[in-house]
Amino acid sequence: MLLTTTINGRKKEILIKDDDYLLDVLRKEGYLSVKRGCDTGACGLCTILLNGSPILSCSTLAARAHGKQISTIENFPKEAKTFASYMTAEGAEQCGFCSPGFTLTVIAMTKELQDPTDDEIMHYLNGNLCRCSGYISQLRAIRNFMEEIKNENC
Amino acid sequence: MFSFSKFFLASSLEEAYTELLKNKKNIILGGTSYLRMGNTPWNTGIDLSNLNLNYISETEEFINIGAMTTFRQLETNILLKDFFGDIFNVALRDIIGVQFRSNVTVGATVFSKYGFSDLIPVLLSLDAKVKLFNGGILSLEDFLNEQNIRKDILVEILIPKKYCKTSFQCVRKSKTDYSIINLAICNFNNKITIAVGSRPGKAMLAKKTMAILNLSENIEKEIVNAMKHIGDEIPLDSNMRGSKSYRELLLSALLRKGIQEVLN
Ligand SMILES: Cc1cc2nc3c(=O)[nH]c(=O)nc-3n(C[C@H](O)[C@H](O)[C@H](O)COP(=O)(O)OP(=O)(O)OC[C@H]3O[C@@H](n4cnc5c(N)ncnc54)[C@H](O)[C@@H]3O)c2cc1C
Ligand code: FES
Ligand code: FES
Repeated sequence: MLLTTTINGRKKEILIKDDDYLLDVLRKEGYLSVKRGCDTGACGLCTILLNGSPILSCSTLAARAHGKQISTIENFPKEAKTFASYMTAEGAEQCGFCSPGFTLTVIAMTKELQDPTDDEIMHYLNGNLCRCSGYISQLRAIRNFMEEIKNENC
Repeated sequence: MFSFSKFFLASSLEEAYTELLKNKKNIILGGTSYLRMGNTPWNTGIDLSNLNLNYISETEEFINIGAMTTFRQLETNILLKDFFGDIFNVALRDIIGVQFRSNVTVGATVFSKYGFSDLIPVLLSLDAKVKLFNGGILSLEDFLNEQNIRKDILVEILIPKKYCKTSFQCVRKSKTDYSIINLAICNFNNKITIAVGSRPGKAMLAKKTMAILNLSENIEKEIVNAMKHIGDEIPLDSNMRGSKSYRELLLSALLRKGIQEVLN
């Protein structure tokens, strides 16, 4: 079937199999920032935004993206760069494999939650596993990143 | 690997149901998170996305939840919070992550009667009903006990509109693991309803324990008695997540915690 969708602001027509998952389609199309971790829905590495909301591309049928907007991390160069600098400052990243999915979820969270508590942040990010960091340094980086966004909006 | 040969976007429930009956290897697609864990090669995957089944709305008597509503919608919905407090949020927020919960659907979960489900005990404690395309409306409790419904479409869940105090209790080995045992309690005008899940079997109501509490003039005084009885009433078992005796201890401790929460 022909999938018509918008990826990072560009309209695309892609020939897909009826049972293709978005993760496979995106990687075949060259969006290699979208990673495959567990392939069971448990790690969050394959996170993308569909119409602005974070979803797992490994568990979402590509056919369901028809007529919708897909964003990968490349769609947010400014936010990704700023967030990366806070992650580095906190030593919150080692191998970086979890980063694209994690950063996209953080970006979605900053748009969805106003002034979240630490508990709300941790629940929002429950689905993004990181094998290297201890999560607390990530939390500090997120707090600093959110502070910067708040100051920008003032 | 999960696969199917044809994606069928239904334009009505009638069309979806007719397609479902055409071949025993045709299936309804929910969020496909669970389906994809299996190896069955299916024939047609029937998509309900265009049927406007993604809603949480109200009528005079009920809150209606469409089959394609996601867990994330349940956990963030204001109407549900107004009537039932935080129970949906507390029960669902530890299931994997936001991205996962934005995908999995209510219809698939309830129709599949998963024994490990955190949602089903909540709905059971709230006296929910299930609307099936072919089978009509029946109580969730009857639906869970019914063996003969194989090919049907769950269209919506109906929850009676009652302002009640609620509590969800569970124990997990780690944050996003399956519950070892879970318990949903509802207090509506001092009438307590208790549903137990992850036994590890299908969720069920603790009717005798409910009677002990509901026949008493002073519910608080009967808690210890209820804690003794619930283990005799609810069949528990062992699996890789916990032993039967561990579940017995957890169940009675969680019961006390939950009842205290809905009384205060
Ligand atoms: C890795 C993983 C971890 C999980 N952890 C938990 C947990 O901790 N707690 C918990 O409560 N749950 C958990 N679940 C279950 C999850 O919450 C959902 O209940 C489950 O994924 C089914 O939802 P789905 O939308 O993905 O269904 P699908 O995979 O799309 O479908 C499941 C079944 O339901 C059928 N179906 C779909 N929609 C309908 C309908 N409207 N009418 C009739 N039949 C229908 C399908 O044909 C299929 O047989 C987990 C699932 C996975 C994959
Ligand atoms: S690859 Fe999708 S959740 Fe792990
Ligand atoms: S930095 Fe290595 S998995 Fe997160």
